[in-house]
Amino acid sequence: MYAVETVDLSRVFELKGKSILALDDVNIRISKGEILGLLGANGAGKTTLVKILSTLLLPSKGSAYIHGYDVVKYAKDVRRMINLVSGGETPGYGMLTVRENLWFFSQLYGLSSSLARERIDMLIKAMELEQYKDVRMHRLSTGYKQRLNLARGFINDPKVLFLDEPTLGLDVVNAKHMRKYMRDWVDSDRARTILLTTHYLAEAEEVCDKIAIIYKGRIVAYETPSALKASLNNGVSIKVEILSNDHTPTTTSSSSDNRSRMVEKISRSSGVLACMLEPLGNGENGYDDDMGKHEKSSHSNGRYDSNSNNDDSSSSSSNGLTRLRIMLDDDSKIPDLVSTLVLNGYKVLSVKKDQPTLEDVYMRYVGMKDNGMG
Amino acid sequence: MGTSDIMDDLILNMKVVYARAYVRLKGLLREPHWSIAEVIIPLLSLSAYVYMYTMLNAPAEYMAFVIVGGAMLAFWSNVLWGMSAQLYWEKETGMLQHYMLSPASRMAVLLGMAVGGALNTTLRSISILLVGTLLFPVEYNLIDINALLIVFLLTITALYGMGMLFASLFLLYGREATHIADLLQEPIYLFSGIYYPVLSSQIFSQAVKLVASIIPLTFGIDAIRLLLIMGRGIGDVTLHILGLSLLVAILLPLAYIALRRMEEISKRHGRLTLRWQ
Repeated sequence: MYAVETVDLSRVFELKGKSILALDDVNIRISKGEILGLLGANGAGKTTLVKILSTLLLPSKGSAYIHGYDVVKYAKDVRRMINLVSGGETPGYGMLTVRENLWFFSQLYGLSSSLARERIDMLIKAMELEQYKDVRMHRLSTGYKQRLNLARGFINDPKVLFLDEPTLGLDVVNAKHMRKYMRDWVDSDRARTILLTTHYLAEAEEVCDKIAIIYKGRIVAYETPSALKASLNNGVSIKVEILSNDHTPTTTSSSSDNRSRMVEKISRSSGVLACMLEPLGNGENGYDDDMGKHEKSSHSNGRYDSNSNNDDSSSSSSNGLTRLRIMLDDDSKIPDLVSTLVLNGYKVLSVKKDQPTLEDVYMRYVGMKDNGMG
Repeated sequence: MGTSDIMDDLILNMKVVYARAYVRLKGLLREPHWSIAEVIIPLLSLSAYVYMYTMLNAPAEYMAFVIVGGAMLAFWSNVLWGMSAQLYWEKETGMLQHYMLSPASRMAVLLGMAVGGALNTTLRSISILLVGTLLFPVEYNLIDINALLIVFLLTITALYGMGMLFASLFLLYGREATHIADLLQEPIYLFSGIYYPVLSSQIFSQAVKLVASIIPLTFGIDAIRLLLIMGRGIGDVTLHILGLSLLVAILLPLAYIALRRMEEISKRHGRLTLRWQ
């Protein structure tokens, strides 16, 4: 029996007379003791999937099970086994203290007084909230509210925990601490399971046993991080730094348009599987230039967003300098690519081959589709 | 479902009722200035009516009518703003998702709100009654305290039953909730006889009285006035007790059905936890 299983799960939203397919025949199986990372851009269907699995939304088609219980038919049984933490949500009542809020949530799961006290103490310590345990929630900073929110998620010691972008709003150190806590929590009891949705590819790579990439409501890749990277064995990832020869002053938006056009043009070139702008500056949330090659390759602000090819990412271009990350099907295509760039008025400053990262995997599966190649 | 499951459910839901009521009561203690304001403001309104009756040389018991009406009005305001609009506000603040995610019965959550709100408001209501009695020369003539307690409890149960029903309906109406509450406020003041007797007077026609009887407050205030001010006994409020019991028997199951329906519709349309929808 799987901790989480979906069978041909689909969800359609009706909006102003239009049908929007948010989930399209999703099939996933998460074993007990596993952390599954669900990657996808905004609107890809991550939250819809989590809401169905957590009994907050009905599927339009197909079925979903938590520890064998149908989430529609046995919603109440499912609710005893799960919890959900979303980034940026309200972690309780503002006029209650941290401790009172945790007690309040413990009662929603019927915890006995002694067990509630024990667990609250443990979570306050684990989330480093000791100093704030008697502070009213509305006085907490965003980061501390999110720690309280995470503590709330663990209060009933769920068998399956859904974390929907849980490190949103946390600083580098806290986000890292949180990821370690998640991993330790699952490792300390292999009956526990986490489904983590995130924009942060490196976060997924750091804590997840398996990764599913969701694109326009469909699971397009589902494997272990290493297997996903290995699937790129016939692909080449390169980093290219280029300088625009056109020094005419441009507005921010026209500069952004130019870059978008350039990315589009490169994406259509022969042998190019995907192309995206790379950040020149630091990221956040624990993924900056000091954190190794994988982290370095993440997008501006450390977040991956499939729309970022069209984004005016200020950190991806500076004084005409632009850094690109390009996936090629074969390294023999590099000279052709350089020629294309030169012919289009760019000075190529450097070309560097790189080890495939999860971001390349994402580019491969999502970028290709965006380029109409999938 | 076995006996132990039923017991587990019962214990869980009692804990939920207690926890949700605790939030309400904690709010009262943490923000006492609000409670003081909520006593003073109704006193200002009822003072106007007391002075008006004094000017018109109305019978002395009319002043007591006004004070009892003012004290009971606190419950209606709480039912309207603290119960009916509550699920909507819980959704707006993101708390509704936490409730919907938990195995707790939604009725237990509403019941907790109701119990907390009723306890909280009873304290306010008693304060209004005491201060009003100290400020104005009113006399009470209570001979049947048991009947008064029965009527009071039935009124509160029916009122909060109505609040529980409205909570689901308001949530379905989304952001219109505050307007609905506004719309319901003044007509209730008019028909339920907050500041004047309705059922035991000839102000309204029988048809209007019948419609007004749908509001638990109408029966409740009338019966409380008869028992507390006019010195009547349980035999004089039998009709009121029957009416209130009928309202309880109708409103609580309706509240349950509406809550189930609200949850089902919201889950189908994805509106349950999304704000501003």
